[in-house]
Amino acid sequence: MARVRVPAVLGFYDDAHDLSEVAGKANHEKGFKDLDAYSPYPIHGIEEQLGLKSSWVTIPARLGLVFGAFLGFSFQSWTSSVSWAVNIGGKPYISWPAWIPITFEAGVLMAAFCNLTAMFIACGLYPKLKTIVLSKRITNDRFVLVIPVKDDAEEAEAVSFLRENKALKIKIVDALDKEKGRLVFRSAPLAGEGAPA
Amino acid sequence: MSLALEPDDKHLLSPAIKMDRVTEDILAPMGRFPSLPWHLAFGLAQGAALLLLAPVAYQMFFGLGIYGITNPNGWGVFIVNFVFWIGIGHAGTLISAILFLFRQNWRTSINRSAEAMTIFAVMTAGVFPLVHVGRTWVAYWLVPYPAERQMWVNFRSPLLWDVFAVTTYFTVSLLFWYQGLLPDWATARDRAKNKFFRTLYSVLSFGWTGSARDWNHYERCYRQFAFLAAPLVLSVHSIVSFDFAVSLIPGWHTTIFPPYFVAGAIFSGFGMVVTLLVIMRKLYKLEHYITLTHMELMNKVILATSLIVGYAYASEFYIAWYSGHEYEQYQFLLRPFGPYAITFWTMVICNVVIPHAFWFRSIRRSIPWMFVISIFVNVGMWFERYNIFIISLHRDFLPSNWGMYYMTPFDYAITIGSFGMFFTLFLAFSRVFPTLAIAELKATLPEPSTGSRLGHDHGHADHAHKPAEVH
Repeated sequence: MARVRVPAVLGFYDDAHDLSEVAGKANHEKGFKDLDAYSPYPIHGIEEQLGLKSSWVTIPARLGLVFGAFLGFSFQSWTSSVSWAVNIGGKPYISWPAWIPITFEAGVLMAAFCNLTAMFIACGLYPKLKTIVLSKRITNDRFVLVIPVKDDAEEAEAVSFLRENKALKIKIVDALDKEKGRLVFRSAPLAGEGAPA
Repeated sequence: MSLALEPDDKHLLSPAIKMDRVTEDILAPMGRFPSLPWHLAFGLAQGAALLLLAPVAYQMFFGLGIYGITNPNGWGVFIVNFVFWIGIGHAGTLISAILFLFRQNWRTSINRSAEAMTIFAVMTAGVFPLVHVGRTWVAYWLVPYPAERQMWVNFRSPLLWDVFAVTTYFTVSLLFWYQGLLPDWATARDRAKNKFFRTLYSVLSFGWTGSARDWNHYERCYRQFAFLAAPLVLSVHSIVSFDFAVSLIPGWHTTIFPPYFVAGAIFSGFGMVVTLLVIMRKLYKLEHYITLTHMELMNKVILATSLIVGYAYASEFYIAWYSGHEYEQYQFLLRPFGPYAITFWTMVICNVVIPHAFWFRSIRRSIPWMFVISIFVNVGMWFERYNIFIISLHRDFLPSNWGMYYMTPFDYAITIGSFGMFFTLFLAFSRVFPTLAIAELKATLPEPSTGSRLGHDHGHADHAHKPAEVH
């Protein structure tokens, strides 16, 4: 689940490959922990750079597929053989080939619900009146690397790392103001370079 | 803008289109007052939709007798329209699921509107069985529930399979579509200027932030949906065809029906996508995103499926002759030479002959030509269903059972009205939803950013998205 990490140092980029590469350096070379990256679209391969595990959300869907199909099949069998057994032209009560289409549909339906629900739970998504975002440009055209820090020394290290790697802008998020529902930012100067963001 | 936004030879979209431009171009219509052409189109569509509502309201008092259905033609235009609209929907799922699994990047410009089309087409289709049951207020009897009658629905009936197939298809399409919308609602939320829209889009986006952890889950979920939707879409029209194939009526009782129906559905669906997108790209100035190359690729699908459909028609005739089954043979004499010959020849000309124009590149890339041909495809596919359902039913085994089917003004009204309902929904969608999948589109732009600061060459990094290339 993605949560806002405070305090943290944010490095802004405008290119997906740059973000991916810097994330890889931060994780593998510098050993920053608990990194996160924000982007307007999914970047292939960034999971490995950030050291993220492969998502578990497909598991509930697969279980749902089997469970839904089982439910569909057994419900049809139960209604036709136990609850109200009707002899239709001497056919077997459980004439299973006729059950197959509904068994399939029931499986797919259950799988689809499990799939989306799992993603909502995994990402912590629910209808929110207000969404706290690190930057409004993330959903437009900015790529942000988030390096969580504990103290000033770590903060300085993260800032200098992002400077070396030519971040467009470096910001420090100090706290989450719960009353006002927004983040408290500080901007860190870029070394020797007045790059606009 | 002085930048040339025409795509070049190597790319599907112009490398001059950057990410912020995509956001602006796609979301801008949502905040603008609708244009005059939109108002005219919407007014016309709503007027036509009344033609569906009015007969249905009238029917609630006077019963099904107002329509042309009689014995032996118990199904009439209800089934024709139902199958027609369900078929239209299939192109959307094909684009969103099957083209996704085949890594066809060009789908990103058209998948959102095609999926919307699917949902609206299935909704329109759903009206017809509900009306056709006559006592629509007890249509819930179609669903198996523990009633005081202690009876269950007949699970051996293809008509019941249809209930499950169509409702599942609608639900899964809706969930899949909504998942794709989440990041785009978030884009709309972060771009919104006033509090009302910020709150509205925040709710609709479910608080999407674009974190890599979320994208990781999102992508797996999306792919899983595609894996579920691909066999589902094939199953839906197969099950629809079982309504006929499982019966004994000559002309219906054939094993070719499931693949034949699925191919026909994709054929008609792409016809409708082309019709809609020709209008939409013009109305919202999306020509740089839905390029002529996109339209050409869809026209190729139309041509390919037209060949499959033509082959299926021919093989039906061959099998009728080869089977030695005289009722089947009579049925296939009736189609080209019987009282409904006009519907048969309309179908052949629209579905088999006219799409051959798409062999020519200049026609595949000509907007007026493709618009006209796509409408012929839609007309042809409507008549295909008329041809199959009405002709087979009107003369079965016993001449004492024979009878002609005549549409009443109410039948015409609900048929035209269904188009009104569909276009009303689609035009409303095009005003209030992001009409193109913004996030997916950005991922497939040739050069999404203004340039790497770390000195990358775009498109050559091994983890990069390959730009969609034109061949």
